[in-house]
Amino acid sequence: MKLSEAVVGVRNSRVWRSVFRAGTGDTNLHRSLAVQQNVFMHLASVKVRRRALDFGVTWYLGTLSLGCFLILVVTGILLMLYYHPSVPQGYADMKDLQFVVSAGVFLRNLHRWSAHAMVLLVFAHMFKVFYRGAYRPPREFNWVVGVVLLMLTLFLSYTGYLLPWDQLAFWAITVGSNIMSAVPLMGAKTRFLILGGNTVNANALLRFYVLHCVILPLIAVVFLAVHFWRIRKDGGLHTGEKTHE
Amino acid sequence: MSEPKDFTASMDSDSHRTPVRVAFVTRRTSPHVEARDDKNVMTYPEVLLRAAVAVEVLLLGLVVWSLFWDAPLEGLADPMLTPNPAKAPWYFLGLQELLHYFPPVVGGVIIPTLVVMALIVIPYFGINIEAEGFWIKDREKKMRVLGSVAVALVAFLAWFNVYAVLIPTVLIAGIMFLGAFASPKPGRLRRWLDSKPLSFWIMSWFLTAAIILTAIGTFFRGAGWAWVMPWSAE
Repeated sequence: MKLSEAVVGVRNSRVWRSVFRAGTGDTNLHRSLAVQQNVFMHLASVKVRRRALDFGVTWYLGTLSLGCFLILVVTGILLMLYYHPSVPQGYADMKDLQFVVSAGVFLRNLHRWSAHAMVLLVFAHMFKVFYRGAYRPPREFNWVVGVVLLMLTLFLSYTGYLLPWDQLAFWAITVGSNIMSAVPLMGAKTRFLILGGNTVNANALLRFYVLHCVILPLIAVVFLAVHFWRIRKDGGLHTGEKTHE
Repeated sequence: MSEPKDFTASMDSDSHRTPVRVAFVTRRTSPHVEARDDKNVMTYPEVLLRAAVAVEVLLLGLVVWSLFWDAPLEGLADPMLTPNPAKAPWYFLGLQELLHYFPPVVGGVIIPTLVVMALIVIPYFGINIEAEGFWIKDREKKMRVLGSVAVALVAFLAWFNVYAVLIPTVLIAGIMFLGAFASPKPGRLRRWLDSKPLSFWIMSWFLTAAIILTAIGTFFRGAGWAWVMPWSAE
């Protein structure tokens, strides 16, 4: 039996069909069902304008930002297996990643560089969307969601910055959180709330850890879902072609 | 010569209007139907495939990068030992550079808040949506307004010695003013510039200033936030 026949056999089996209802077949109906009947995929439309796939239209910056996010989730979860958010154990864990854990340095490198890449790509995505006028109605709300996602990206990167608990991390967060106290009336209080104290200390590390690994990613996932779903609801990606809007 | 017909021959390749196409090929009609390229593609598999390829290329690049360049790791955090300079992550260095010029409330609170608010309201202003060339209407009035705004901005930036923002401000305002005077033989670049709306100019000003500030904060600032050349050894 050939492999392709085996694949078709599996895809036609009762078990497979109970999960993926679209079934086999290369008609557009099957392809539509594959998207429409999948809880994750149905955020996207079944068809897209051919022009929206041209490299020059988007430079794929949104897709690449999502790619970074996915890489960060995977490497981040693996890093969590080796990391204790406490002083000074957090720093010792960095040293363990360096000298004890197999491919630990690579894991940390990939997480860190992907984080920088994501900040860069999200900024680039925003400017690209602006310069091709894709923020215009009916896409204005999705632009706002995008601005929220930019903020979330920055907060995610910033909270992650403290976790290695080295000099670089400590003083970058100290500089940043000092800016916060310049906010009139509530600045000092906000700073105290975020740091869990008046200085960057063990409480701040724990709070940043929880923000970085749980709270902010969850919020980001919700906004990402809205962001993708709104692309479909707003009539697909803006391509500059005349449509029936 | 006329023959009785009980059908009309027509050509149509619009599958929405004419779902079933029957072509009668007579001697007078060509069998060639002018086909229009279908404007849509299926998300599955075409879009998914492209997205997957894009993400894989990204992953490949990041993996190679991660194999050859190690993430920085300095000594254990020591609250008693302040490094000089203490720098924020690179994407906040533009902000930190602003703090060098302005009091904390202005550089750290008012300006970033204004930037975020400006970004959010972009799609809710009619002027950004119509997006017609800046000089197409009300040329005289716009020259006065743009002139006043530019002079006020330059004076404000000069007062605080923010030359890093002053230079792109003068540059962008200068290019904008250029558009006010009709060119007898506009080239491609000139026509492109003339078609740009106000929002384009403001965003380009913001982008240029942000890049310059971030680059200065990242590469040209040393101990005490003093100006240093990136190649000069500490």
